[in-house]
Amino acid sequence: MKKLMMTAAVAALAIVATGFSASAAEKLKIGFIYLGPVGDLGWTYMHEVGRQAMVKELGDKIETTYLENVSEGPDSERSIEQLARTGHQLIFTTSFGYMDPTLKVAKKYPKIKFEHATGFKRAPNLGTYSGKFYEGRYIQGVIAGKMSKTGTLGYIASFPIPEVISGINATILGAQTTNPNIKLKVIWVNTWFDPGKEADAAKALADQGVDVIMQHTDSPAAMQVAAQRGIYAFGQDSDMIKFGPKTQLTAIVNNWGPYYIRAAKAALDGTWKAEDTWDGLKEKMVLMAPYTNMPDDVKALAQKTEAAIIAGTLHPFKCPVLGQDGKAVECKGGANLDAGQILGMNFYVKGVDDKFPGK
Amino acid sequence: MGLLEAIIISVIAASTPLLLAAAGELVVERSGVLNLGTEGMMIMGAACGFAGAYFTGSTLIGALCGIAAGAALSLVFAALTLGLAVNQVAAGLALTILGVGLSGLIGAGFVGERITPAPHLYLPVLTGIPVVGKILFGQDGFVYFSVALVVAIWWFLYRTRAGLILRAVGDSHTSAHALGYPVLKIRLLAVLFGGGCAGLGGAFLPLAYTPFFIPGMTAGRGWIALALVVFSSWLPGRLAAGAYLFGAVTILQLHAQAFGLGIPSQLMTALPYLATVIVLVLISRARGSAGSVAPASLGIVFVPDR
Repeated sequence: MKKLMMTAAVAALAIVATGFSASAAEKLKIGFIYLGPVGDLGWTYMHEVGRQAMVKELGDKIETTYLENVSEGPDSERSIEQLARTGHQLIFTTSFGYMDPTLKVAKKYPKIKFEHATGFKRAPNLGTYSGKFYEGRYIQGVIAGKMSKTGTLGYIASFPIPEVISGINATILGAQTTNPNIKLKVIWVNTWFDPGKEADAAKALADQGVDVIMQHTDSPAAMQVAAQRGIYAFGQDSDMIKFGPKTQLTAIVNNWGPYYIRAAKAALDGTWKAEDTWDGLKEKMVLMAPYTNMPDDVKALAQKTEAAIIAGTLHPFKCPVLGQDGKAVECKGGANLDAGQILGMNFYVKGVDDKFPGK
Repeated sequence: MGLLEAIIISVIAASTPLLLAAAGELVVERSGVLNLGTEGMMIMGAACGFAGAYFTGSTLIGALCGIAAGAALSLVFAALTLGLAVNQVAAGLALTILGVGLSGLIGAGFVGERITPAPHLYLPVLTGIPVVGKILFGQDGFVYFSVALVVAIWWFLYRTRAGLILRAVGDSHTSAHALGYPVLKIRLLAVLFGGGCAGLGGAFLPLAYTPFFIPGMTAGRGWIALALVVFSSWLPGRLAAGAYLFGAVTILQLHAQAFGLGIPSQLMTALPYLATVIVLVLISRARGSAGSVAPASLGIVFVPDR
């Protein structure tokens, strides 16, 4: 029922969007498909901030449309196709679950350029882009290991996809460098966005002795619960310091603007190619919010870790990486796990206090 | 605070918005009207409730704004289905889409703003009793109101003449009409009551549960409330039991995960819905024997012939 309603809403939105963009013919029309509402303060909000940065930079050379609240899976195909049919020449689909629908539409419209965030399927007219968020997760782990008094960290996870798994693993690997006996409890809420449920998960973790909470969901609800309970938390996607002035240690900030500007410029001057872009702290696609609410030595350690990752002297998945069974994982990238292993990560490292989903 | 106590408090908080919205919908459906717009009315209640509390600093005024918003939206539904005899399912779905969109528009300016959450009751001595103290005497006003509401609805439906008439309208609107009861007027009042309850349930979210507003923050709770009414087989007592059961499953599965019990979280998430399906099957099998089933005129449009 909810799906049906969402689809109807999307269709209605799409019609509005068409009406909006029918006027200008000369400009490059760029479309965005958003997972949540633009006001979610998390994932979708940061893509919207990126889109706005693009509009600000390129002004009247481009015209942008976005469709928000597009649910993942087969239903999204209609929305993507709607953009393709209405003259959009560059289309960004901004969530993992749009992968197959994007590929399908891209094959149908070979002249239109597609860019899919966080996926791994590409075509001559379909590029992918993502951030190395695990770099930020590793730094958060380093901080959390120092800041936790109970030695137990809590992680609110959305769906068991490689991106989320690699975040969990990077966190514990970072935390083990500052507290070898650190424990990590994981709760899967099976949603990207449900403030009530995210808050419930945060409460459950706090009730079970967790004193530092991280999340891979999109609302600031967990941050608020942490603030009420007087424990620490990390912001997700955007700087959430407003929701926990005395609670947020730092936040991973998704900085899509520069990439969107680059892609739009390439499309404008005809140099656009379907590529696989995977940028991190070094390229500033991933930023860390200011390090707050921690002693100076922890702050210095965090900054040192960040600098080392940027300089390339430290890799969060430096070999040997031990699996949950204690055996070293095959090291395909020489000194560290290679991109394929990280982007397709399907195992927990040693120290995660959870059974791997589906195994 | 012990773990059990903490879990029970979380369960009550998670159940309250469902109970408020479902209690209202139960009365609506008892009068023979199926309003599928609960989700839309809830999210409108959330947006307007937050706005009210943000400008006045008062949870009470926020809650009243939420009730008013839910009732106002339900008035649209009433005008369509009672006034113009439009199909109730279609009108209800339209109401949800309208509510979700409109609340996003109203709430856009409040995203990122914060308010003080609803105060919790505090009685010296009583609140301090171990284990049960905080559960019985340390909740916010919404929780006490929701319990009182269910009791009041039960009393109204089964112990008052007005309640008997409302049920009669829901079971056979033509007979009620023939007896001279104002069917449409009774249904209008029921729909407005349901809208107010849904609005209050929605307002609970930004006023007490997670004190901020974000578009779409009801995240499907309106649909769960609708399922709960069916689950309860239209009985207030079972409704309360169902709402707390639903809340309990939601919270316990989170704790089970944090304990590392290794039960697949997807299965746990699906459990309450599975329970609803099973109850539906049981209801259909029990039909004909004793026990309450759906109001006979549920969802059927009534046009007075004279």
